[in-house]
Amino acid sequence: MSERPVAEEFNARDRSLHPPAFAPGYKTSVLRSPRNAPIALQNSLSEITAPVFSADELGPLDNDLILNYAHGGLPVGERIIVHGFVRDEFDRPVRNALVEVWQANAGGRYRHRNDNYIAPIDPNFGGCGRMLTDNDGHYVFRTVKPGPYPWRNSVDDWRPAHIHYSICGTGWVQRLITQLYFEGDPLIAHDAIIRTIPSEGAVRQLIARLDRNAGVPLDSLAYRFDIVLRGARATWFESSVQGQPPMQSE
Amino acid sequence: MIMVNVSEYPRETASQTAGPYVHIGLAPHAAGFDIFEKNFSNVLAGPGAKGERIRIEGRVIDGSQTPLRDVLLEIWQANAAGKYHHPADRQDKPLDDAFRGWGRACSDFETGIWFFDTVKPGIVEGRGGRPMAPHVNLWIVARGINIGLNTRMYFSDEAEANARDPVLNLIEWEVRRNTLIGQRENRAGSAVYRFDIHIQGPQETVFFDV
Repeated sequence: MSERPVAEEFNARDRSLHPPAFAPGYKTSVLRSPRNAPIALQNSLSEITAPVFSADELGPLDNDLILNYAHGGLPVGERIIVHGFVRDEFDRPVRNALVEVWQANAGGRYRHRNDNYIAPIDPNFGGCGRMLTDNDGHYVFRTVKPGPYPWRNSVDDWRPAHIHYSICGTGWVQRLITQLYFEGDPLIAHDAIIRTIPSEGAVRQLIARLDRNAGVPLDSLAYRFDIVLRGARATWFESSVQGQPPMQSE
Repeated sequence: MIMVNVSEYPRETASQTAGPYVHIGLAPHAAGFDIFEKNFSNVLAGPGAKGERIRIEGRVIDGSQTPLRDVLLEIWQANAAGKYHHPADRQDKPLDDAFRGWGRACSDFETGIWFFDTVKPGIVEGRGGRPMAPHVNLWIVARGINIGLNTRMYFSDEAEANARDPVLNLIEWEVRRNTLIGQRENRAGSAVYRFDIHIQGPQETVFFDV
């Protein structure tokens, strides 16, 4: 019986680009990392599908962090635009991807019940936004540049300024959470969380570049941050006669 | 300007931990404020959804046996007929427009308990046409988790289907397969599946490299 092309399948994840679960320089990972190797699982429908989001689930200001929590004033800080393309490993746009972002305010303080850093809450800044990529895989949002802040890891660890990203692509296995850092930030070289990444090239991909062509004169600078998700390709699932998945005990 | 070598094909962007304040971005009401008009939630099954109503409830437990109280989970599952609400699912089965099959839950900041209100999924065709027992897919992120953890929950009242499931059977150690079985309880007339996820330790849950 011949094999039949059935559906999209995703490239295997190259784990050498990602931080290992156990990275003791980031102390919290010690008790929150599995000790067993993950079981390799080829894609089935459970892995190649994912929720589809629609524009009417989002509000018109959801990608404008300068205005989406403004209570009678504007947030303090450097006004910036952040934009980029979500593409896959074959350099194709990932359309309609849900991009969610969150960050500290300009003083390095998060609007969160568990954050008690001395820098003040900004009454006009919530610190989160969300958007869907367009047909080119492009996204854009407006915010203020987040500040660095200290955290308990070593006695005097500081996080570089960063924006957290969550991306839902077209397949469950593309689900990704990461962080954007800013070109030129001297704290990048000292950050215990960036150091969990074993590949220098992978770290460079997390550093947004100043984009002189995307700002608004006399208003905002811009940064460009592109994201790559795992590549989707047409593939051949096994026929029902040949190619049963190898079973280790049956 | 720093760029990756242009002769290379694009590589997947590296993961970074979701951090302690993941709720701000993904569930702001849990962080303690209200910002968006519509929020994603842990209730998957609206009033019209077809199928048996169930709750999936549990904790995520670290290597010291302490429940995580700042964890966020997402669930992705087929509907009661065993079909995913996605164009790549070409099985000849009905879609349920009242059921997308996706949700997001935060653990309680005191107890570490999280839950999803959903419907029990049906059997989905797996690789090579082999049926996969009813299951939900879970993705777990938190401070200290460097890359999201993928696992599945199967159902304790599906012993026969579970015994034939191609994914459970990939797990060489039979004793570890039990870490993926949610235990059905009857609570005031409602079906609750209890599913504690152990990140580390003697009962460590099976995670998948998907």
